[in-house]
Amino acid sequence: MTAIDAAFRRLRASGEKGLVVYLTAGDPTPAASLRYLRAAADAGADIIEVGVPFSDPTADGPTIEAASRRALSSGMNVAGALELVRKFRGTHATPIVLFGYFNPFYRYGWSSLCKDAREAGVDGFLVVDLPFEESGEALPSIRKAGLDWIPLAAPTSGMARVRAVDRAGSGFLYLISVTGVTGVRKTLPPPVAAWTRKVAKATRLPVAVGFGISSPAMAAAATRHADAAVVGSACVKIVERNGRGSRGPAELSRFVRSLKKALR
Amino acid sequence: MAKRKGNRMPDPAGHFGSFGGRYVAETLMSALIELEKAYRKAWGDRSFHRELDGLLKSYAGRPTPLYFAGRLTEKAGGARIYIKREDLAHTGSHKINNTLGQGLLARRMGKRRVIAETGAGQHGVATATVCARMGIPCEIYMGEEDVRRQSHNVFRMRLLGARVNPVTSGSRTLKDAMNEALRDWVTNVRTTYYLIGSTAGPHPYPEMVRDFQSVIGREALPQFRKAEGKLPTAVVACVGGGSNAMGIFTSFLRYPGVRLYGVEAGGLGLSSGKHGATLSRGKVGVLHGSKSFLLQDATGQILEAHSISAGLDYPGVGPEHAWLKETGRAEYVSVTDAQALSGFSLLSLYEGIQPALESSHAVAFAYRLAKKMRSSETVLVNLSGRGDKDMGILMEMGEGGRDGD
Ligand SMILES: Cc1ncc(COP(=O)(O)O)c(C=O)c1O
Repeated sequence: MTAIDAAFRRLRASGEKGLVVYLTAGDPTPAASLRYLRAAADAGADIIEVGVPFSDPTADGPTIEAASRRALSSGMNVAGALELVRKFRGTHATPIVLFGYFNPFYRYGWSSLCKDAREAGVDGFLVVDLPFEESGEALPSIRKAGLDWIPLAAPTSGMARVRAVDRAGSGFLYLISVTGVTGVRKTLPPPVAAWTRKVAKATRLPVAVGFGISSPAMAAAATRHADAAVVGSACVKIVERNGRGSRGPAELSRFVRSLKKALR
Repeated sequence: MAKRKGNRMPDPAGHFGSFGGRYVAETLMSALIELEKAYRKAWGDRSFHRELDGLLKSYAGRPTPLYFAGRLTEKAGGARIYIKREDLAHTGSHKINNTLGQGLLARRMGKRRVIAETGAGQHGVATATVCARMGIPCEIYMGEEDVRRQSHNVFRMRLLGARVNPVTSGSRTLKDAMNEALRDWVTNVRTTYYLIGSTAGPHPYPEMVRDFQSVIGREALPQFRKAEGKLPTAVVACVGGGSNAMGIFTSFLRYPGVRLYGVEAGGLGLSSGKHGATLSRGKVGVLHGSKSFLLQDATGQILEAHSISAGLDYPGVGPEHAWLKETGRAEYVSVTDAQALSGFSLLSLYEGIQPALESSHAVAFAYRLAKKMRSSETVLVNLSGRGDKDMGILMEMGEGGRDGD
């Protein structure tokens, strides 16, 4: 059983919904980014997705795109993200998913990447632009290192694909709430609930709903039929507003607490 | 009508050897599968070809002529130089071959909106043209730098009723326009057709765009045979994403005696680091949905390309070219900004043909190649487009009347 499996088991046992927080590694600097990660974990995030910045993040909206740019100009890359996780592991046990685009991971080399990630304390990978059809060169290394490969399902996927990715992946299923790029939204359209229920019923993996969730109320609504909510851009906006300032981690901490409270 | 025998490449999952494939967000997967099915159905349907061939003839002006460049040949003093005149196609470049094909496909698929990326603006103009003809609204993404340097084409697109969205991220060129078009598509995927303009992007685009462009080679081969009674010694085309090059290469692939040359943007010179010579200097990676060579740093971040020609200013290249390079079937070379300007001048002054700056790269290399060849040998150049759009850049560069030797 992986750390991610254990986290969902614990959540289910306690009747809570999970909170997955996304932050971009190195945003705005490696040191500040570590403080934000720790703040999110201390405030009760169940799993943290650490985003490895990429120069051409085509699945991201303006908020995470800007975070990627800040992170890249602070010198962040795959090795830096692993170093960040290693430091975080010195103090925290919260499961970490390395989140990113295929190319930087590929350049590092899947086999050494998975070994180094395991050593650094990474628990799983989520590769935005790697559908399961192309996962052949990454998946064996991920499995061999005992890491999870988090699959994605989109509103356009259709149930046959949802079942296929559910079988191919492990850890949890990331259910993309709406067609589009990442970014905060004020509301999620009504079909999301019905669709989430359908997916949750048909799959074996825990389901985490993400894209657009920006408030405790939205997180609660999104998890009515799912196991967890993913909150990304709304957290990144706090980093964007506060930068390296000491008030940033405190503000993130308050926000994460409010989200988690809505999920209990 | 030419035979439409299926090409063996790519495999059913869109792989050209280890290149190509479909590296996209899950949200786009179903749309790509739907597109692939629709494309296969259309390509196997006589009525689709009847309509497409009719339009290529009556609307786009095909077949384009093959021209013997006598004075250029004389000046080079080597191989005989022939030019396939894609510059004479409607809208001024080969791009119309692909936009007509995909435009018909979009209509068959019942899509109500078309989006496209453009670099030089030729693909944008060709897309806007086809959309105007079909009465489908279209939006074009174009990097702000390209909007500036190809303003002539921006004006044309707007006059054709298209909306042009300048893109301000990254290097503000073709790569960034494609990023933004992908973001639009992932958001509006159910209603929108994404009309990619080169043999790049996720499967089935590299295959489909090649097939639509392969009309160039299907015409050029018999035209050349008729003129010379044999096949050309060498075929030369410029390579941005690679569509005009695949368009002319495809018919010649099965003749191993015909040398194929793809000419990339050498920019300020390969050692300057400011170039678009992806196949010469890039490393394997994934950008915009397929695996190919890329300009990237050691940590996998994409580098900015540089070229005087917006259409070659791209850090990626179509996966089939990566495969042709790997197998050695085609050779890839580069031509600098300055050499391309010389190519432009040569063709202007010796033949009265003003090529697009993209195509000028092919001309410059073909001339250099022809010089070293025997007079019994021949070079066929694909002149992908005309230079009207580049007058602004040429004026900025203070070009005029050099003979470019
Ligand atoms: C005239 C012309 N030639 C060539 C290109 C490069 O594209 P490709 O390599 O797909 O032919 C362009 C692209 O804008 C163009 O406008």
